[in-house]
Amino acid sequence: MNLSLLILFPVLTAIAILFCKGLKQVRMVALFGAALQMVLTATLLFSYWAERSSGNKEQMLFQFGHTWFAPLNIEYYVGVDGISVAMILLTSFVVISGILVSWKMETLSKEFFFLLLLLSAGAYGFFISLDLFTMFFFLEVAVIPKFLLIGIWGSGKKEYSAMKLALMLMGGSALVFVGLLGVYFNSNAGSGVHTFDLLKLSQMHIPVEAQRIFFPLTFVGFGIFGALFPFHTWVPDGHSSAPTAASMFLAGISMKLGGYGCLRVATYLMPEAAHEYSTIIIILASIAILYGAFATMMQTDLKYINAYSSVSHCGFVLLGIGMLTKTAMTGAVMQMVSHGLMTALFFAAIGMVYDRTHTRMVAQLGGLLKIMPFISTVFFIAGLCSLGLPGFSGFVAEMTVFMGSWQHAELFYRIATIAACASIVVTAVYILRAIGRSIMGPVTDDHHLKLGDANWNEKVAAVILIAGIVAIGIAPFWLNDLISPGAEVIMNKVLSIR
Amino acid sequence: MNEIFTLMKHELSLTLILFILLFLKLGKETWKAESTLGFISLLLLLNFLFGFVMNGTGSLFGDMFHTNATIAFEKNILNFGAFIISLQAFSWLKDHKHLPEFYMLMVSTLIGMFFMISSGNLLMFYLGLELSTIPLAALSNFDLLKRQSSEAAMKMILSSAFSSGILLFGISMMYGTTGTVSFSELPQHLDGSALQVFAFILLFTGFAFKMSVVPFHFWTADVYEGSPASVTSYLSVISKGAVIFVFVTVLYTVFKPMAEMWYHVLFLASVLTMVIGNLFAIRQNNLKRFLAFSSIAQVGFILIGISGSSQTGMASVIYFILIYVFSNLGAFGVVALVSALTGKENVNDYKGFYKTNPLLSWVLTISLFSLAGIPPTAGFFGKLFLLTAGAGKGNYLLITIAALNMIVSLYYYLRIVKAMFMDANEQPIEKLIIPFLPKIALFICVAGMIALGFVSDLYNYIYSLSFGM
Repeated sequence: MNLSLLILFPVLTAIAILFCKGLKQVRMVALFGAALQMVLTATLLFSYWAERSSGNKEQMLFQFGHTWFAPLNIEYYVGVDGISVAMILLTSFVVISGILVSWKMETLSKEFFFLLLLLSAGAYGFFISLDLFTMFFFLEVAVIPKFLLIGIWGSGKKEYSAMKLALMLMGGSALVFVGLLGVYFNSNAGSGVHTFDLLKLSQMHIPVEAQRIFFPLTFVGFGIFGALFPFHTWVPDGHSSAPTAASMFLAGISMKLGGYGCLRVATYLMPEAAHEYSTIIIILASIAILYGAFATMMQTDLKYINAYSSVSHCGFVLLGIGMLTKTAMTGAVMQMVSHGLMTALFFAAIGMVYDRTHTRMVAQLGGLLKIMPFISTVFFIAGLCSLGLPGFSGFVAEMTVFMGSWQHAELFYRIATIAACASIVVTAVYILRAIGRSIMGPVTDDHHLKLGDANWNEKVAAVILIAGIVAIGIAPFWLNDLISPGAEVIMNKVLSIR
Repeated sequence: MNEIFTLMKHELSLTLILFILLFLKLGKETWKAESTLGFISLLLLLNFLFGFVMNGTGSLFGDMFHTNATIAFEKNILNFGAFIISLQAFSWLKDHKHLPEFYMLMVSTLIGMFFMISSGNLLMFYLGLELSTIPLAALSNFDLLKRQSSEAAMKMILSSAFSSGILLFGISMMYGTTGTVSFSELPQHLDGSALQVFAFILLFTGFAFKMSVVPFHFWTADVYEGSPASVTSYLSVISKGAVIFVFVTVLYTVFKPMAEMWYHVLFLASVLTMVIGNLFAIRQNNLKRFLAFSSIAQVGFILIGISGSSQTGMASVIYFILIYVFSNLGAFGVVALVSALTGKENVNDYKGFYKTNPLLSWVLTISLFSLAGIPPTAGFFGKLFLLTAGAGKGNYLLITIAALNMIVSLYYYLRIVKAMFMDANEQPIEKLIIPFLPKIALFICVAGMIALGFVSDLYNYIYSLSFGM
């Protein structure tokens, strides 16, 4: 399995789009490219399983390295473990459904799909990189398309949101870069040959004093992507102004880049500092979970509801990482996948409602179930998954995080866990209220009676995402088996220094 | 005799062009402007290509002039920039009545810069610097009917004279304390005495004026705004690049014994330059002025790379300037074209630009992204390597300040992108027809910005040419 294809395919599709004429050609090419990505990730999953079941115990599979900038020891170096495979799967699900829901993107369609595919190339590249410089390169590739996507095709105060998002995320990546340089120059201290190689770095020991400086930089930098409190403020504005597909990409993929980076780079390479700072991470994550949940209660705009609830849900990811137990960490990755699918579905449903009714205000909606049963059902499923109903992925993931957190017996961890658990009640309140108001009850606006239900493309998009959610919800073991060996390697490194 | 031809071939080939232009001007035949411009661009292209063959290493005239592979490469970069600028100047110059003179002046400043880069002696360096500066002032005045242009030239000549004075004062102090002006002998006589530090500061000031390092940057914005766009791009890329090349070499070789001292000077200068350049750039509405301040901020980043004082440091500086040639000329190319065809230079005029001129908008966007250091453009690699080189010293405070400055700079670059793509405008700039030669120039710039980062062999080659301390 050649991992570079994962980057090559989206890039080639994007280039092919530049030569297309008219919306019809463009979207067919984009859909074809996204389907290819999906086939490719499925192949990756199966060949990964085949390798593992044939007894390949290597930490990273399908490795490929090519020297890029020899004097600086920068390599293009890729490889995957279970965690990366899970994230890659998530990406391909979100990409194809994102393209399907933008089927009627009339304005500047060529540019729109081009940017979406560029973004997906950045995300794939990030998840497969084993060289910190390459990883950083792809992280930034995934930032700027979002500025254009929101600024050009967005709604509301789009320019403000686009600028805020771009600057905050670039701020995050600037901190990450300083952190990475710190790691680089502290690798192989003395011998003079520094390295960006993640695997080699994980075998080395970075001096604790250096970790104390560079861990917070790296963690906060990635944390900004993952909506770490108090740097989450780009999330509500960015999500609510973005066009549907961009919201899906943003919440479904981009925020996961942050969680993955916190896990793979910050925690894995700087374990001592991870221990020392874990209290602060847990406190911030708990605040984000509770604050996000309560802030959602106050929202009246559906997109804002989902955006603030994303802050709350992504708090679970950081909580799971901060807890530093294997189960919690597995839960964190599961939560990333689960939240990615769920929130993409949610935004897709909101987008479908908005396209028809031209409003996202809960108060102006009502009785949608009678008018557009399919869309309302999708909306309902997304809501149930968000509030953690058993049978959907949200339950599995959050439960795993709680289980992992409960392994710590100290009072502090208990309080944090209980606080996080308590947020589920709040989640239930706002989700049920939003759903009850908007899709049940009498039809508030007579104009809505004329509106139609979902088109085929929207149906396919929703079914793909729901399939993912249910597959995790009903049979979580495959995802758990995929993730936990990867999480175990990271945890062994973290625990070994105790 | 033979040696002179191989070692000075860059200078000699430019001199040849100068003479050809002179005959062209004096000859009875009056050519059409288009064909003259095409012919001159062809000459400059040949000159650029000729720069790659038959390069020698050695010194002439008692070590006054020396050259090697590194210097030849630096000269090639500048030759290339001059070629691109000559292509871009097409729409502006084709109706200008003093067309050949523009190129005569440009080529003579280039010769001056080459002498400066090759100098092995403080006096030779000064000679080259002056040879390059005085024609530049004349170039600034080349929009003969615009008052702003004459004002720019006046400011340029006065501030240059002032900085030359300081530089000469520094040189004489240096001579007074060491008894020599030769680059090869100076290091042995430097002991870091107070007078020598003072002399160094004066020399640094001279350099700082040319590189527009804060607080010696005041002339930059006015001169850039007033000069014709092609001259501005020449000033910001070629003339700045040449001085930086010399500056690196001089710091790493001649002032090596005083490294401890100049590191602090560089630290302070780079922080000031980045911060002030960025803060002023935010508020600019004239695009040329805006690019002037952004180029000031870029120099701040270059100083970080230089402060790394290692082989990586020098390599990153040369690499960055190479990329900067592509990025800045890409940006200036569009601005110059629009300015020449419509006379519009303000950010507000660019609102809705994408609707009418999608191609030019993308070129400008990619250039701005490259200047801001956003992948996959080459600027990303250039800027990050500068920071990497700087971080080698272990001064992470400086790197953090620089990284935060990158965010500020991103804001103002994105402002232009926002104006082009997102803002509505009742009367956007009409659809422009891009002439052939500028089109080639823009194409080369974009191709360079996209490809250079991935062609790592080039960086490896530059690294092999560089040296540290």
